[in-house]
Amino acid sequence: MRVKALTIRILNQLRHDQRTLALMLLAPIILLTFVYFILGDAVPKVNVAIVNAPAGFEDKLEEQNIRSMRCGENEARHALAKGEAIASISIEGGKSFIEVDGSNPTKAKVALAGLEQAKASFMLSRPDLKSEINYVYGQEDLPTFDNFGATLIGFIIFFFVFLVSGISFLQERTTGTLEKMLSTPIRRWEIVVGYVLGFGVFTVLQSILVSWYCVYVLKVMMIGSFALILLITLLSAMISLTLGILMSTLANNEFQMIQFIPIIIVPQVFFSGLFDIPYGAMIIGYTMPLYYIGDALTKVMIKGSGFGDIAWDLIIMLAYSILFIILNTRLLKKYRRI
Amino acid sequence: MLKTLIKQKSFEKKSTLLDHSHCIVVRNVNKSFGQKHVLKDIQLEIPYGHIYGLLGPSGCGKTTLVKIIAGISEATSGKAYVLGQAMPQLSLMNKIGYMAQSDALYDSLTGGENLEFFGSIYGMRNAQRKERIEEVMGLVNLSEDIHKPVHAYSGGMKRRLSLAMAIMHHPPVLVLDEPTVGIDPLLRKSIWGEFRKLSAQGITILVTTHVMDEADKCDNLAMMRDGRLIAKGTSRELQERIGAQNLEEAFIYYGGQQNES
Repeated sequence: MRVKALTIRILNQLRHDQRTLALMLLAPIILLTFVYFILGDAVPKVNVAIVNAPAGFEDKLEEQNIRSMRCGENEARHALAKGEAIASISIEGGKSFIEVDGSNPTKAKVALAGLEQAKASFMLSRPDLKSEINYVYGQEDLPTFDNFGATLIGFIIFFFVFLVSGISFLQERTTGTLEKMLSTPIRRWEIVVGYVLGFGVFTVLQSILVSWYCVYVLKVMMIGSFALILLITLLSAMISLTLGILMSTLANNEFQMIQFIPIIIVPQVFFSGLFDIPYGAMIIGYTMPLYYIGDALTKVMIKGSGFGDIAWDLIIMLAYSILFIILNTRLLKKYRRI
Repeated sequence: MLKTLIKQKSFEKKSTLLDHSHCIVVRNVNKSFGQKHVLKDIQLEIPYGHIYGLLGPSGCGKTTLVKIIAGISEATSGKAYVLGQAMPQLSLMNKIGYMAQSDALYDSLTGGENLEFFGSIYGMRNAQRKERIEEVMGLVNLSEDIHKPVHAYSGGMKRRLSLAMAIMHHPPVLVLDEPTVGIDPLLRKSIWGEFRKLSAQGITILVTTHVMDEADKCDNLAMMRDGRLIAKGTSRELQERIGAQNLEEAFIYYGGQQNES
């Protein structure tokens, strides 16, 4: 009853506060769209230099939407350096030697896929001989929006929920409404659970919107189940919600809450799986909630993992939420013992 | 009146306290924040149905004391009893209406939604809540503003809404921390009229103030200074005891005595 009252109140507050609503719902969409444009072209135009290949190879490439030009080895190098071509190919004795510019991973991927396709359609190609691919610039596994996107969904939800829930709990303290609430028979745990449910209902909305936008509008690579994605994003929202409330008890005003971003949020980004971290340092990453969020999302979206494969991630995420809820209930003792 | 008396009796039966004739009893209460000793050996008895004024300059410990009585804070040593039971106690929270010194309101919500929230926290049923919201908003002259967001309220309106929130759930005890700050004299008069009516119904009201003319309206007074209760009694008693012309004079006299001892 009291939990329900608090849940309804939080939803009412959000309903009246259009700016916060916009921050929670539109800002993630805008941010994701920006990252999408930065990391990936929708239909990349790709040029390939042909050093040595059977006649008609160009036409096959044309079918793959790849423009090509014949040139000498040196010219090809030059084109790669100047960015006029993304890859060069030389087929000798059925085995192809490919040099590729990996600094633009999306284009490199398109070029490589196109080259393999074109090669396969030739009788004299030998499928048993693997192409030798040489990355002149960049490297093979440079992340693209597909890799980024999965983790990014988790991060964006984590970040915004942390900020909004933390600040609204802080305001509860600074405006004296927490004290007023503590003069009523509400229990400490009811306050924490009410907050979790109130923002929880709202983050369901946010999770659905953000995940839907990524999967169906930006067309991030997604081969797993959408329901699982929602489950993961919901759990992330719950962790960041409870963590936000927890950190807000250490802050005296909104500015101090913002100061937690470089301390709490930014380090988690480094260890969330977006970057390659040396194994030793990754031990730190294993203590960070965002690592498990990123791991689970990547597994489901890119590897198509099922519930069983991410169960461990989910358990840890749930454990974090419960831990933070208990800590919050404890910390409220500072304001009222019973 | 009779009803409240019967209610009183039932409280007495449950009570574990020596003193049954008082609604609020404070025994040997001390409170320290770190090194700072803000309440020093406070003794206080407030009879049922009285309006009791706690008078003192800002920073003298009034708010700390009423928070202990309302069960939000706890004494470092000593005890506060309300309705015969030791505070803090969750089951007693329903019986106390607390109004803080600062307006504890949700700015983005409407006045009605604020009341709605606290009403349901106090466990009031839907229909009962709706009816009571109309009623209390009428009492504090805010009927027209139920659906306005609180950030559009003036300072005085916020104060009145806080008062409406404190009396919303029909508590037999009201603890009001400077309830009429920022309210114009006309409305202040009508609010004090309301306090009188509530007290006639048997509701006990503890009010803090630093305005002398308001203190004059209380049945009993306690003067506070530097964390100590320096004098207790009715306004008239306090003045007659030292031959003062008005309460202000008395207050200055008692305060001075305190400094000398």
